[in-house]
Amino acid sequence: MNAVPISNLQLALAAGLLLVSLAMSLWLRLGLGKDILIAGVRMVVQLLLVGLILGWVFTLQNPWLVLGIGLVMTFLAAQAASRRPKRFYPKLLLDSFVSILVSSFLLSGLVLNGVLFVQPWYAPQYLVPILGMVLGNSLTGVSLSVDRFIANLDSGRGQIEGMLAVGATRREAALPALREALRAGMIPTLNSMAVMGIVSLPGMMTGQILAGASPESAVRYQIVIMFVIAASTAMGCLLSLEFAFRRIFDGQHRLRLERLRARS
Amino acid sequence: MLLKVVDASRRVGDRTLWTELSFDLAAGDRLVVAGASGTGKSLLLRGIAGLDEFDGGCEFRGRPQAEWPMPQYRAQVMYVPQTAALASGSVADALQAPFALAVHADREYSTDAAENLLAVLGRDPAMLAAETENLSGGELQSVLLARALMLDPTVLLLDEVTSALDAAVARRAEEVLIDWVDAGERALIWVGHDAGGRERMGTASLTIGAQR
Repeated sequence: MNAVPISNLQLALAAGLLLVSLAMSLWLRLGLGKDILIAGVRMVVQLLLVGLILGWVFTLQNPWLVLGIGLVMTFLAAQAASRRPKRFYPKLLLDSFVSILVSSFLLSGLVLNGVLFVQPWYAPQYLVPILGMVLGNSLTGVSLSVDRFIANLDSGRGQIEGMLAVGATRREAALPALREALRAGMIPTLNSMAVMGIVSLPGMMTGQILAGASPESAVRYQIVIMFVIAASTAMGCLLSLEFAFRRIFDGQHRLRLERLRARS
Repeated sequence: MLLKVVDASRRVGDRTLWTELSFDLAAGDRLVVAGASGTGKSLLLRGIAGLDEFDGGCEFRGRPQAEWPMPQYRAQVMYVPQTAALASGSVADALQAPFALAVHADREYSTDAAENLLAVLGRDPAMLAAETENLSGGELQSVLLARALMLDPTVLLLDEVTSALDAAVARRAEEVLIDWVDAGERALIWVGHDAGGRERMGTASLTIGAQR
């Protein structure tokens, strides 16, 4: 059993639905007409390209190619994550990349080879989508927690330096800010776990069902992936916070807020 | 000699606030640092406390600041700011919090000591139960002073610590600090706006930023 194939004509018909948004924009003078068109075209082009690339990757079955694609995806995720905090430090992109790389690859590798026993270990039709989901969630967690950490240091400067002045180590002084930041990074994942299947039918599960998998099997995949996402998000947040902590507090236990830059 | 500062300077941007600043602080000394506002008196104290980078020599008990483990150094050379937010909770929590730090592991918090200290500083000991968010600026200064004194440092770096206190309470704080210095091998550095306070507090004085 397979999904009903979609022809070009059918795609065009679906694209016609964009006219609904366009008409609304014109009618209410939202001035979004251009943005809607650009977003629509971008989406189509990006997805068609990704389809082509994935088709190519899936036929070649080359582990280096799969890993290369994984690295590119990770870099794009790190870039998105490091762009979000309103204030940042110069090496945030590097730190985000390392945090997301380590957590996502480790956990994706673990699930593919320790839980699902995929053959071969790099089987792209498993690795690419699972890594993609893990990356997407890790990047949200990382960007939220780093953003919160920096904001907390900024607003809590007096309190933190007050503790440093009475002999706190940098870690002791930063602990409340670190805790709160970690919590902020984990909340979206925990929330989505809490409502999973009730409010939202996750994309992967829906996709598997559309492709003809039995709901029970799709649900099992979804459960596995959610645990991986939660673990990877926690690990990514923890790593990125540790990096940020070491960049913004120096070895002499000083808070160095002047190392932060505002996003222009 | 407790504290020795040699040839210190401080620049902010391309402005030099002070250069070639040197002084010694021996036990019993109360050094008043004077200078117009904006001359970097707070920055000097923060530098000595190691909260900012310090350009110049700074030794405590003959050992350069950079060679001290900073928490240990700051537990002895303690900076008290004019104002600093405290974690939410009661005043007692705020006074107790530093005792949970590794560097103060051998000290023990005592409610009696906290009550006595607040009373000596002219405050009602019942203040211990107050929420830190509800403190007035003056009450907060008393708490910050009490917090520092309870930790038994050797040198206090006092940055306008009585600026929000009523005159009478400020005088009491000054007396407490003078007695504190005399009661052991201790010293303090005083920064204050009030000329009378500077007169009473100082055994020596240093004016910075005068070259401009």
